[in-house]
Amino acid sequence: MTQSDFLIPAHAKQRWWHSRSVRRFARHRLAMFGLVMIIVLVLACVFGPMLLPFDDLYIDLRGRFSPPFTGYHFFGTDPLGRDIAARLFMAGRISLLVGFAAMVISTVFGTVLGIAAGFFGGRIGTVLMRFVDAMLSFPNIFLLLAMAAFIKPSPIMITLIIAATSWMEIARIVEAEVRSLRERDFVVAARMLGLSNSHIMFRELLPNAIGPIIVAATLTVARAILLEAYVSFLGYGIQPPLPSWGNMLNGAQQYLDSAPWLAIVPGAAITLAVTSFNFIGDGLRDALDARSDML
Amino acid sequence: MLRYLLGRFWQSLVLLLLVSVIGFAVLNLAPGGPLSQFTLTPGMTQADLDRIASQMGLDRPLPVQYIDWLAHLLRGDWGRSYRDGRPVLDIIWEHLVATLLLMGVSTAIAILVGTWIGVLGALKRYSIFDYAATVGAMVALSIPTFWFGLIAIYIFSLRLRWLPAGNMYTIGDGSLGDYATHLIMPSIVLALVNIAVWSRYMRTATLDVISQDFVRTARAKGLSSRRVLLRHILGNALLPMITLLGLQLPTILGGALVTETVFTWPGMGRLFLDSLGYSDYPVVMGLLMMSAVLVLVGNLAADLTVAFVDPRIRLS
Repeated sequence: MTQSDFLIPAHAKQRWWHSRSVRRFARHRLAMFGLVMIIVLVLACVFGPMLLPFDDLYIDLRGRFSPPFTGYHFFGTDPLGRDIAARLFMAGRISLLVGFAAMVISTVFGTVLGIAAGFFGGRIGTVLMRFVDAMLSFPNIFLLLAMAAFIKPSPIMITLIIAATSWMEIARIVEAEVRSLRERDFVVAARMLGLSNSHIMFRELLPNAIGPIIVAATLTVARAILLEAYVSFLGYGIQPPLPSWGNMLNGAQQYLDSAPWLAIVPGAAITLAVTSFNFIGDGLRDALDARSDML
Repeated sequence: MLRYLLGRFWQSLVLLLLVSVIGFAVLNLAPGGPLSQFTLTPGMTQADLDRIASQMGLDRPLPVQYIDWLAHLLRGDWGRSYRDGRPVLDIIWEHLVATLLLMGVSTAIAILVGTWIGVLGALKRYSIFDYAATVGAMVALSIPTFWFGLIAIYIFSLRLRWLPAGNMYTIGDGSLGDYATHLIMPSIVLALVNIAVWSRYMRTATLDVISQDFVRTARAKGLSSRRVLLRHILGNALLPMITLLGLQLPTILGGALVTETVFTWPGMGRLFLDSLGYSDYPVVMGLLMMSAVLVLVGNLAADLTVAFVDPRIRLS
């Protein structure tokens, strides 16, 4: 019902922005806060570096460890005298991009696998879902670090590794959804019309399962940004001099006493971005009536 | 009941087998496979590499290698550390207790606080407290554990000087109180995410129970609201939480890794990162497998507990 509201076909009389889901989402205060915050963050990361008088890689050894608000260094400088604000915005480009790309990859993979498992069911479905269970038995970070240690890390590899460890929840959600839809009349009708399996899976079942997928995808962006921050903080993610929110925190602990802003600023950026995506996910869940077990 | 137990054991065994396949795949993921560590040694020739490969049995077909690897794993031979040549399993055992201690205390905190927040939120639904708890849980889920740890160290160790910034005990001291003061910060930092998860689920579970007939009956027969809450509501709402605890294990273990790093806690997570730093792959693989085994055993234990506690399953 609401899902079809969201996926408005071209002949719909109602404009999509008048739909009930959109109105419900707009009334969700936390979700709107999250949406505004993400827009602000993205704009800041795209245009911020152009407006600042510093380059994110420019080393100024005489201006090391400047506290926030010295001159034009709004967030201070790091142990090499680089401007933290400039690095924060450049890092945001990478962290947000990695998070978003990892979400796209894991959502596509998880959805295809989940639809296949739910649609075919039986032995194929069982094997696929047991594989999902086995993957979920590994603590995310252990698996992520082990893979990152064996493979030479680059932003693309890190994205792939994060995607490889975060598609399972989506697969589970989609599988459950498809399994519940499989025996519904419209699917039986499609079968009797002789439509191909792939047509039924991707043209009939997928559109009807899109609500939970959108919610899970939003929450996956939040989780992917967090995971990138974890591996980069631990030194196995994005490698310097390329900045990411995680690796900006990498050396911060040893200067915690003398230069706490090194730790506070990037961590606040991560928290803000992740919280915003989680708020949006919560709003979408209410707006699309999509129950999901992902928190 | 017996049928359920056997089925559950069988399921865990199948999962364990799949887990080992994934672990083996990760091991062979590196370009050049497990040999890649030797390629950087000065003076290494292709002939040397081939010889090492045949000594290590790497020239055999992959399925054969897998079965051999698994057989050694099952016999308790998890290989030897590249760093000091000691058996991997011995090294892991030494670090396991510290991790279990941290996880245990942290989980106990999370259960106590999370239950309290969740039940209160459900009893006073849509109150300011309930709303604040909902928003707070979502923010708590979004804070990187290591950042929360750094902030806690900055405030409570560096500024207020109340608590030690790391390690498990002070060298030369070893009293219970000393252990306790070292345990406070890391266990609370690790608990934060689980408090958030626990309170959300507890709120839902409590709301489910409150609207049931037996709660109304208990109230109608004049029991004090305290007794209804403790015996009828909490008793039933906590049941699904046991399963949740099992499901949360991977998150708690992963969080422990990060927390141990920030607080230099001598557990499995710390060992994992040290081993990564030394490219000590046998220990890395051992810990990866051990973490999954712990999760599977924990899940099984949770399900068995539910089966024994819940009369609906016990008597079936």
